[in-house]
Amino acid sequence: MDNRHLHKRYLLTVALAGAAAIALFRPASAQDTIKIGELNSYKSQPAFLDPYKKGWELAIEEINAKGGVLGKKLEVVSRDDGANPGEAVRVAEELVTREGVPLISGTFLSHIGLAVTNFAGQKKVFFLAAEPLTDKITWQNGNKYTYRLRSSTYMQVAMLMPAAKALKAKRWALVYPNFEYGQSAAENFKALMKKAQPDVEFVTEQAPPLGKIDAGAVAQAIDDAKPDAIFNVLFAGDLAKFVREGNTRGVFKNRPVVSLLSGEPEYLDPLKDEAPVGWIVTGYPQDKINTPEHKAFRDAYMKKFNDYPRLGSIVGYATMKSLAAGIAKAGSTDTEKLVTAFAGLKVDSPFGPFIYRASDHQATMGAYVGKIALENGKGTMTDFKYVDGADVLPPDDEVKKLRPAGAN
Amino acid sequence: MNVSGFIFQALNGLSSASGLFFVAAGLSLIFGVTRIVNIAHGSLYMLGTYVAYSLATKIGGGFGFWGGIVITACLVGLLGAAIEFVLLRRIYRAPELFQLLATFALILIINDATLWLWGPEDLLGPRAPGMRDAIEIFGRRLPTYDLFLIVIAPVVLWILHLGLARTRFGRLVRAATQDREMVGALGVNQAMLFTAVFALGSFLAGLGGALQVAREPANLAMDLTVIGDAFVVVVVGGMGSITGAYLAAVIIAEVKALCIAIGTVSMFGMSLNFSKFTLVAEFLVMAAVLIARPYGLLGRPQGAVRGVADPEDPMRPATPALKFLGVVVLGALMAMPLMAQSSPYVLILGIDVMIAVLFAASLHFIMGPGGMHSFGHAAYFGLGAYGAALLVKWLAAPMGLALLAAPITALLGALLFGWFAVRLSGVYLAMLTLAFAQIVWAAVFQWEDLTGGSNGVIGVWPPAPFSNSSVYFILVLLLTVIGVLALRRILFAPFGYAMRAGRDSPLRAEAIGIDVKRVHWLGFAIAGLVCGVAGGLFAFAKGSISPETIGVGRSIDGLVMVLLGGIQTLTGPIVGASVFAVLQDTIMRQTEYWRALLGLIILLLVMAFPAGIVGGVINLLRRWRTAS
Repeated sequence: MDNRHLHKRYLLTVALAGAAAIALFRPASAQDTIKIGELNSYKSQPAFLDPYKKGWELAIEEINAKGGVLGKKLEVVSRDDGANPGEAVRVAEELVTREGVPLISGTFLSHIGLAVTNFAGQKKVFFLAAEPLTDKITWQNGNKYTYRLRSSTYMQVAMLMPAAKALKAKRWALVYPNFEYGQSAAENFKALMKKAQPDVEFVTEQAPPLGKIDAGAVAQAIDDAKPDAIFNVLFAGDLAKFVREGNTRGVFKNRPVVSLLSGEPEYLDPLKDEAPVGWIVTGYPQDKINTPEHKAFRDAYMKKFNDYPRLGSIVGYATMKSLAAGIAKAGSTDTEKLVTAFAGLKVDSPFGPFIYRASDHQATMGAYVGKIALENGKGTMTDFKYVDGADVLPPDDEVKKLRPAGAN
Repeated sequence: MNVSGFIFQALNGLSSASGLFFVAAGLSLIFGVTRIVNIAHGSLYMLGTYVAYSLATKIGGGFGFWGGIVITACLVGLLGAAIEFVLLRRIYRAPELFQLLATFALILIINDATLWLWGPEDLLGPRAPGMRDAIEIFGRRLPTYDLFLIVIAPVVLWILHLGLARTRFGRLVRAATQDREMVGALGVNQAMLFTAVFALGSFLAGLGGALQVAREPANLAMDLTVIGDAFVVVVVGGMGSITGAYLAAVIIAEVKALCIAIGTVSMFGMSLNFSKFTLVAEFLVMAAVLIARPYGLLGRPQGAVRGVADPEDPMRPATPALKFLGVVVLGALMAMPLMAQSSPYVLILGIDVMIAVLFAASLHFIMGPGGMHSFGHAAYFGLGAYGAALLVKWLAAPMGLALLAAPITALLGALLFGWFAVRLSGVYLAMLTLAFAQIVWAAVFQWEDLTGGSNGVIGVWPPAPFSNSSVYFILVLLLTVIGVLALRRILFAPFGYAMRAGRDSPLRAEAIGIDVKRVHWLGFAIAGLVCGVAGGLFAFAKGSISPETIGVGRSIDGLVMVLLGGIQTLTGPIVGASVFAVLQDTIMRQTEYWRALLGLIILLLVMAFPAGIVGGVINLLRRWRTAS
């Protein structure tokens, strides 16, 4: 390679880099808007968060079409949190210090939610945790500045308890992904089950690593333990593998399965005609809910995106609706005022109205509990009913004991 | 569980092993001949599943599925050839391992391209036509497709074995694995050989991915999930040995199946859930094998790689101009808290960059001058971070004490792991360090009572006055400068010369009385110590830490920083870490497809600066000087 050629290559690189730099550092717009900071693991959890993003986009459009909040339009500054807590905390700091957002919202994975919760408590920033399920966000590690929208692991398990108890099964097998969500769901289930049915026996516990299940071996081990019923916490790809292997191997034959989240379109739809019929699940039968508020939401969503909503869409939509309601009630974006306004705040969502409890900062938005059925070659839910979060949450004085001092 | 149950689980293990085998065999072939650590191999596997899914659902039927698998494997093979031809061929002369940077960029690009093409949802393929059901064995049902997988892996192994033993191409591949320079000297067209091997390896990855289409949904996390396992299999089996890869895949899959079969066991009043060991089983196997058999089960000592890259210049102390530049940069950094009045985020980013610099500098210390390529440097970062955070959590220790504990914990870890690691060399050393890092990660992940499990430790904030980010920034700056200068000082001390002598010529170094292993072991420990400081600072900067601090991702980030800056220069890691940290921060908020953009920029840098950024600048300066 001669020198001239080399020089040309360097020149080209420098020119490209310059162009990139100009494109990257375009100035941020400053208008008369209320900025809302939002961060989430968009790249690592696209199946849930792509619909989630669409959900909040729809909400923002609707809110701004009605004139915004406090006479100002809402503007979301959204960031990827790199699916790692260290990065997430930096992104949160960036949103607060560089973008100057008065509040932050979002997060999906439990440990990231917890890290940002802790950040919010330390730096006194208002944080609405949208999706992370861990009980610790509102209980053991809760703080004054953090509220949470989505129903927690405990709530999801508690919603399934009546159906699980009704099975009167003595021997249970548990299968859950080996990280906080799976472990605490299993713990909650065992505790609630022992209370309701003291002679219950847990014959096997399979805890495969998240995203790396050896589905054949796990399904077989469960079958060999000869349980009367199975409690499942697997989701996403692990669930699909487990269902297919279990079906082929006849593990679910004459064996009821109680399963968390499996009725959510995000996890149910990829199973197509192999959806496990008869499983008792929490979920979101999006095409069958006929309440006026849900129909309105679904129609608007279909019209805007030409796609049906997933549960993520509901969470994203309700997040922004909550923030708009909270800011309107507070009359400002002042952190302390927001914290006060959110206590007992009533929000209208596609699932109907819910409130943010003052006692543990948990929203009472519920979920649908029903059975998986197969219709037109697609999984769906039947015999479902909406379980209000308020009905499954422990009473105020009990949760106050769980929260650290000074968290309220 | 009875005997027939265990035997049946062993069959399950065999069918899982076949998927591992295909991807590992390809990786092993590619590494054996080209010496490229192709971390994008998992991405090719992932593409295999996606393409096979599309063919099976779009065409449908028996041909769509079975024909689709063959077509997929060929397409992925072609893609592999294209990658080699367009990209890797340009950088063979770069320093060892530099190609890793290019394949890292490919991971980012391929993942985003897949997201763009196929969308975010998991795609579960159809069941295999003709093999939908199960057959009864020992009163249990084994899916027919699993039986097919159990058979197909040894068949492919046999074909590969014959091909390598009997054909001319096979002989060339074996010869090149042994001594590729000699193959070139004998007049073999190396370029063609490399392309062909890359295509064959990619073909196998595509085949492995395509065969999974009936077992698991195509999803965007497959690339990284599979690459880790594949590396383990290759190393356990012995680099370049196809039979070894099969043996290793079977062993690892069987160990996992056994853990699952055992389930929960109650012993001495304690209950132990063996299924949780599947998290780390392969890494435990790898560590055990590498300690007992340094070249894997069926591997042979690596042939020397001679004269591919330009020889490295000896290291020189800083020139006055460089010293002046350093002082200017330091002055500018000291003045940053003043700037922070108008844009406070500068400090937060600054803290992250400093920590990255310290992390990268410590890695470079053993990678460059030490010649020990650590693929698990995050272990010491994580040990430092956890050492500090746990002291705060359990003993409410003050920050000073916690920051002192960080390097000590990391040092202890480095002393222990280094003792084993320095007994190996090259890619085996790299993999053993990776195994140790994964074992530390798994321990932290599982030991929930102590470490908080997957949630990690939260609430580790610096007390006043360090709660002010300006003050904390100065502290980080101070410790980073001390750390970097200390590493530099050590490199120009007799110890540093001894370490480099041990890298360049272990035999001669031994002959003049240098205890090479001991020197490298101490070098490893020093790097761990400094890295631990970075970890401790990180914990307090973020207020929380989680097992990701120790994850493979962070180790790879470290490698990328060092290689990006230039492994052969001392300022390389500093520049590389700064550029990478700032790039990531800037790009992440620009576009939805930020990963692809980051990948493209890295590719661009790789092409423009095959010696790293600093290496490139030095070459430019030198050329400019000789020209004028």
